[in-house]
Amino acid sequence: MTTIVCPTPLTDIARVQLGHGSGGKLSAALVRERFLPHFDNPILAQLGDAAIVDVAGQQLAMSTDTFVVQPLEFPGGNIGSLAVHGTVNDLAMMGARPEWMSAAFVLEEGLPLDVLDRIVQAMAEAARAANVLLVTGDTKVVERGKADGVFINTTGLGKRWPDFAPGPTRAQPGDAVIVSGPIGRHGIAIMSAREGIAFDTELRSDSAALTPLVELLRARVGDAVHTLRDPTRGGVASALNEIAAASRIGVELDEAVLPVPAPVAAACEMLGFDPLYVANEGVLVAFVAEHQAGAAVQALQRHALGRAATRIGRCVRDHAGLVVLKTGVGGHRVVDMLPGDQLPRIC
Amino acid sequence: MCLGIPGRIVEVRHSEGLPMGVVDFGGVRREVCLSYVADEIKVGDYAIVHVGFAISKVDEAEAKRTFDVLREMSQLDELEWLKDLAP
Amino acid sequence: MKYLSEYRDPAMARALVTEIRRSATRRWVLMEVCGGQTHTIVKQGLDELLGESIEMVHGPGCPVCVTPLEQIDKALALAARPDVIFTSFGDMLRVPGSDCDLLQIRARGGAVRIVYSPLDALELARKNPDKQVVFFAVGFETTAPANAMAVWRARELGVENFSVLVSHVTVPPAMTALLEAPDNRVQGFLAAGHVCTIMGWTEYEPIAAKYRVPIVVTGFEPLDILEGMLLAVRQLEAGRHEVENQYVRAVRRDGNQPAQDLVTRVFELVDRNWRGIGPIPRSGLGIREEFAEFDAERRFSLDQIRTAEPTMCRAGDVLRGVLKPFDCPAFGAVCTPEHPLGAPMVSSEGACAAYYNYGRFRAGSAV
Repeated sequence: MTTIVCPTPLTDIARVQLGHGSGGKLSAALVRERFLPHFDNPILAQLGDAAIVDVAGQQLAMSTDTFVVQPLEFPGGNIGSLAVHGTVNDLAMMGARPEWMSAAFVLEEGLPLDVLDRIVQAMAEAARAANVLLVTGDTKVVERGKADGVFINTTGLGKRWPDFAPGPTRAQPGDAVIVSGPIGRHGIAIMSAREGIAFDTELRSDSAALTPLVELLRARVGDAVHTLRDPTRGGVASALNEIAAASRIGVELDEAVLPVPAPVAAACEMLGFDPLYVANEGVLVAFVAEHQAGAAVQALQRHALGRAATRIGRCVRDHAGLVVLKTGVGGHRVVDMLPGDQLPRIC
Repeated sequence: MCLGIPGRIVEVRHSEGLPMGVVDFGGVRREVCLSYVADEIKVGDYAIVHVGFAISKVDEAEAKRTFDVLREMSQLDELEWLKDLAP
Repeated sequence: MKYLSEYRDPAMARALVTEIRRSATRRWVLMEVCGGQTHTIVKQGLDELLGESIEMVHGPGCPVCVTPLEQIDKALALAARPDVIFTSFGDMLRVPGSDCDLLQIRARGGAVRIVYSPLDALELARKNPDKQVVFFAVGFETTAPANAMAVWRARELGVENFSVLVSHVTVPPAMTALLEAPDNRVQGFLAAGHVCTIMGWTEYEPIAAKYRVPIVVTGFEPLDILEGMLLAVRQLEAGRHEVENQYVRAVRRDGNQPAQDLVTRVFELVDRNWRGIGPIPRSGLGIREEFAEFDAERRFSLDQIRTAEPTMCRAGDVLRGVLKPFDCPAFGAVCTPEHPLGAPMVSSEGACAAYYNYGRFRAGSAV
């Protein structure tokens, strides 16, 4: 297994690079330096998965996302189902029940209509299963070569549950770090469907709506859940780093208990990837008060999506902002935020 | 340039004259060029694969021998450790 | 995974560490010349476990780190051409040339693709007959047979739009150059296991004898590396200086003959510039005249390349093990993964990047 990833490319050029979209340091820098200064307001400043706005006393969560995945169709879903799940999950991570969403499509000239049909059907199924209504939409078409087939932008809206306000700044020393399921499936599924890196074995994305898991947690341990995050781009490592920084706590992980499914582990070995940095679309990370950690894990395990839920670490007062891993052989290392994307290695 | 990992040969074939095969790595399968191990490899053997090429057959007997030595060492080590704990 | 996971057993690792600490009567300085081994050591925190008994110096075992600037610049020039699809292993994409890197070329519109195997690049050439497909053939001896096969097959199948930009390096001359340096502190070596899978270990026997250093052919998993270190320490304690094989499950003394044969057919030894170290005679591989048509350097005119390395980068000293990354004045300050001055801070296995990403925690305060 390998974690060391090439540091960022030279950053003093005045152009957008792919690394800016990978959910790592470059992405964070782009937001911080190019966007925040212009849009600065207290709601945005929270930088949670969703924004919390107050409308006549009811807290609403609002999220937005754009889906640009390639290939459009992959084992375990397509860009349409991914769009629903991603939108729903952003809301759920902030303690809101997702109810409405919008979808704006940018279609590339030449996209086969049967591909579009499959995408839309998958979206509809996913929305139905998640009890979310698609209430408004938009469609644009751009010239061949300008949109990689389809881009989908969504906005999600949901009402926050009362007395349940998980947020990125609320993790505390002593909290247990819990993951709801096996990690690394989505990113490897995508990678394995890409030209040049294909495997003969089908590795499926874990794309799923996480609302039922959040509901179970809320019902069982309520406000003992301090933070929730769905570790998408950048994987578990990036999500934990963001929370460690936002909450100003240190995180300690135990490599021996990380739930990595065998095919993901094998694919990562071959490519030289670290599962901690691989994207997930059907997993959540929860920071739960220590005394309720056991109950939280049990609650998650009651659902099909959470069968493999397990504790992977804890929060500490030391090394605030750093995530440290105890390795399989008993050493330690820092699990840093990646600068850009993980790249397959041969060394 | 070292990322070579062990996998099990599950299929052997020829592709336009080149000996190719399918190797299973802990559940994930990929096509691998067997040109450099063609004379010594058969289905069921393990090989080290680097950038899509099998570069060596895994010598399972040697692997077992090393492992037995290591295991013995760690058992002795454990006994030592227990001895240190004894009053 | 069989023949992989069991070599990460924590109890056995502890036993090996205990044995190493028990065997070493003084602090020995060992060097590994293999990026993959550097990776494991730092990623698993092995040096933390060893404490004072061994000082591990990370040698120039990362081909990405040592690929000469000129070759990177040639790669960038080729990738920028509209008629070229430039293919490479992932490692190379972020290495800075004089001006930018392959990822930036991609950002500016160049066709840059990652491939897992050189045969995939060849396949890409067959599928895109109207483009020139160039493959960046980088690596040590481990990768040379694969790259040789791609060239061989290109000729066999008549794939005319395929060529390779070669930047292969070989280990023994580098090891010799390190040992010849007057400030060398290294007392024993872990030799790269997969390099030896191909080449065997006969080339190391004269080196061990002449410079009186133990050389242990070592694998890549934690137990392999710890066992390799133990064997080296035992030799040093006993005053022996032989070539020994730890990686018995994958290496034989004569290596892989068919692989060596094809490498010799397609490539020949050339002088090579090692980034950060300088020119080492007959330390690289270049394409033979017989296969010249597949040599990207001969197919495209790449003469007007000007290379310029930042002067503050002490990569050479780090690669030779005379400077620890955190002793470099630029480390963590003007030279970080985000703003690398030199290759060891850029590459996956570069010593500087390794220390920056993993070693900060143990250095005490976060850098």
